[in-house]
Amino acid sequence: MTEESPDIGRPNIDVSAAPAEAAADMPLLRIEGVSKNFGAFRAVDRLSLDIRAGEFFALLGPSGCGKTTLLRMLAGFETPDEGRILLSGRDIAPVLPYERPVNMMFQNYALFPHLSVRDNIAFGLKRAGMARAAIDTRVAEMVALVRLDGMEKRKPDQLSGGQRQRVALARSLARRPKVLLLDEPLAALDKKLRESTQLELMELQGRLGMTFIIVTHDQEEAMTMANRIGVMDAGRLEQVATPRDLYEAPASRWVAEFVGDVNLFDGEVTSHEHQRLTVATRDGGAIVVAAPRQPVTKSLVTVAIRPEKVKLSRRGPASDADNSQAINRLEGVVTDVGYLGGSTVYKVKLDSGAMVRSSVANTARLDRDTYSVGQRVVAWFTPDDCVVLEQ
Amino acid sequence: MARKANAISPFNITALALGMAFLYLPIVILVIYSFNDSRLVTVWGGWSLRWYREFFNDRAMLDAAWMSLRVAAVSATIATLLGTLAAVGLVRGERFRGRSLFSGMLYAPLVMPEVISGLSLLLLFVALNAERGFWTVTIAHTTLTMCFVTVVVQSRLASLDRSLEEAAMDLGCDPVQAFLRVTLPLIVPAIAAGWMLAFTLSLDDVVIASFTTGPGSATLPIRIYSEVRLGVKPEINAICTMVIALIAVTIVLASLASKLSSSEAKSAAPL
Repeated sequence: MTEESPDIGRPNIDVSAAPAEAAADMPLLRIEGVSKNFGAFRAVDRLSLDIRAGEFFALLGPSGCGKTTLLRMLAGFETPDEGRILLSGRDIAPVLPYERPVNMMFQNYALFPHLSVRDNIAFGLKRAGMARAAIDTRVAEMVALVRLDGMEKRKPDQLSGGQRQRVALARSLARRPKVLLLDEPLAALDKKLRESTQLELMELQGRLGMTFIIVTHDQEEAMTMANRIGVMDAGRLEQVATPRDLYEAPASRWVAEFVGDVNLFDGEVTSHEHQRLTVATRDGGAIVVAAPRQPVTKSLVTVAIRPEKVKLSRRGPASDADNSQAINRLEGVVTDVGYLGGSTVYKVKLDSGAMVRSSVANTARLDRDTYSVGQRVVAWFTPDDCVVLEQ
Repeated sequence: MARKANAISPFNITALALGMAFLYLPIVILVIYSFNDSRLVTVWGGWSLRWYREFFNDRAMLDAAWMSLRVAAVSATIATLLGTLAAVGLVRGERFRGRSLFSGMLYAPLVMPEVISGLSLLLLFVALNAERGFWTVTIAHTTLTMCFVTVVVQSRLASLDRSLEEAAMDLGCDPVQAFLRVTLPLIVPAIAAGWMLAFTLSLDDVVIASFTTGPGSATLPIRIYSEVRLGVKPEINAICTMVIALIAVTIVLASLASKLSSSEAKSAAPL
C-alpha cells in the first residue's frame, strides 16, 4: 500500500568529521545480536540494528521494553552478555564509559548541583585536558547554541525546567561526541515547551550533523523528530522503519496497535485474485483488501484499518462503478461522539456487535455533515487503506 | 478562613512554657550559679567570674579537659573516615552477600547499653594486654560514634541521584574522579555534621570512658563525676557551662551543615 516508499523527514547529513566510515560501507553504529539479562529477566534479546552517521534515530517502546538498557549499553553503563557493539567498525565492549566517543543526556538531566552552568558545561572539557582558552571558547559556543546567555554563573537550582534541559543538552554536546544518546530528554517538560524543544532539537541535530539516538515512550515525539524509528517490545525490535512506514505499513499486529489507533478484524483469506484478497471476518463480514507486497503465507490474518481512513455516510457511496473499486461497507449505529477540536472520533457499533472507530477531520467551522448518537450510518473504506497482518 | 488551624492558643503557650522549663530550667540554674561568688553552691553571693578563674588555675581539671578535647577530636576524625567509607560501601558498593546484615548491624551500637559496650571493650583491652589510656578511650569512642557518622552520611548518599556519578563518568571521569569531583562535594555537609555529632558524643561520654581509661588519663566527665562525689564545688558549674556552650555551638553548626546538605539534595532533583 505504500509502494512509493515516501521520502519523509530530513535528508541524512554525513558527518564531515568522520570521512573514514562514510567512505566504507560500515554504518557508524552496528549492534550485533546483543543480549542483556538481569537475573532471570531478559531485558534485551539478541537485538541487531545499524545506525548511519547523521541519523536521528528513535527507540520507541512501552516502559520495561529494554530501550533504556540498550541505550545504557551504548553509553557503557551496562555490558552486553552476548553480541557486539561496533562504533565506526571498532568493538567498543572493552572501552570504558569515560573513554567512549559517546555522550548521554540523562532523563533527569543529572546536572551537578554544586557547579554553575558554566562549570557544568565545562566539566567534560576539563576532563579531556583541553586548554583553558579553548574551554572558554567552546563553553561560550555551547551557551550560545542553547540560548542560555547571561545564565553562566547560575546554579542548577536557580534555573527553570526548560533551562536545565538546555544546560544538560549543552553539557552532553560540548565534547562533540560521535553519537549523542538522549534518554527521554523531554519527559519532564510541559506539553507546549516539549513541542518547541522537539523542533529545537531537530534543528540542532540538522545543523551539527551529529548522530542522535533518542529513547522515548511518546510515539508523537518519536514520529516528529526521528528519521527512523525502532519499535521495541520485550527486548526485541518489532520493526525499524520511517515514521510513515511505521504508521501506514506496520509489520505486526502489536506495532499496529502500539503506534496510533487502529481497527482490527480477525479473519481467514478466502480468495486471492487481481491483487485483491477477500478476507472473511467474524465481525465485519467479507472485507476486500489490497494484496501486500510479501505474499500472505498463512490463511488466518488480521485486517487493520486506521480510524481516519474509515469514512462515514448516511447511505454509503453511490456505486462501486464510480471509482471502479470494490468498497467495504459496514453498517451500524453511532454510539459515541468524541469532539477533539481538529477532528471528531465516532464510535460505531456494527450489526455484528463489533465496534469501529472513525476519525473525521473538522475541515469546516460550520459543518452540517455531522452524525449524532443513535443515528444509523455506513462506515466504508477502500481496499488500499487496509493492511493485512498475519496472525 | 480567618482563623488559622495552627493559631497559638493560651493552652499551647502554657504547655510550651512548661515543656521548655522542664528541659532547660536546670541548665539555666546551672549557668546562673556558675557566676555565683559564694563558696557554697546553694547560696547566692553575687555575680563573679571567680570559679572560671579557679578552673583555669586547676591543673588536674585542665589536663582532663585537654584530654577530653584530644580524645573527642581524634576519635571523631577516625570515626568520620571509617563511617564515611562504610556508608559509601553500603550505599554505592556492589551488592555483596550479607549487605543487609551489615546495614542492620550498624544500628546495634546505637541501641546497645553503654555499660555493655564499655565492659566488652575493657575485656578486649585486658585480653590484648593493652595499656589503658588515651588510645584505648579513643578507640572505644571511635567504635561508639562511627555508626552515627555512617547513618548520617548513608542517608545523604541514598538521597543523591546515582545518575550524577554516571554523568561524571560519561563526561570523562574514572570512578575515583567521579567520586572526588561530584559525590564528595555533595556529601561534605553530611560528613561535617557526622564529625560534629561524633565529637559531642565523645565529649559527653562518661560510661565507656570510665571502663576503658587508665590511671592518669581521666577525661573531663570522669573528673567531674569523681569531684562531685566528694561534694559539688561551684567550679564544676563553671566547667559545665563551658562544656554546654561548646556543645551548643557544635550542634548548631552540625544542624546548619545538614540543612545545607538537604537543600543541595533538593536542587539535584530534576524540577
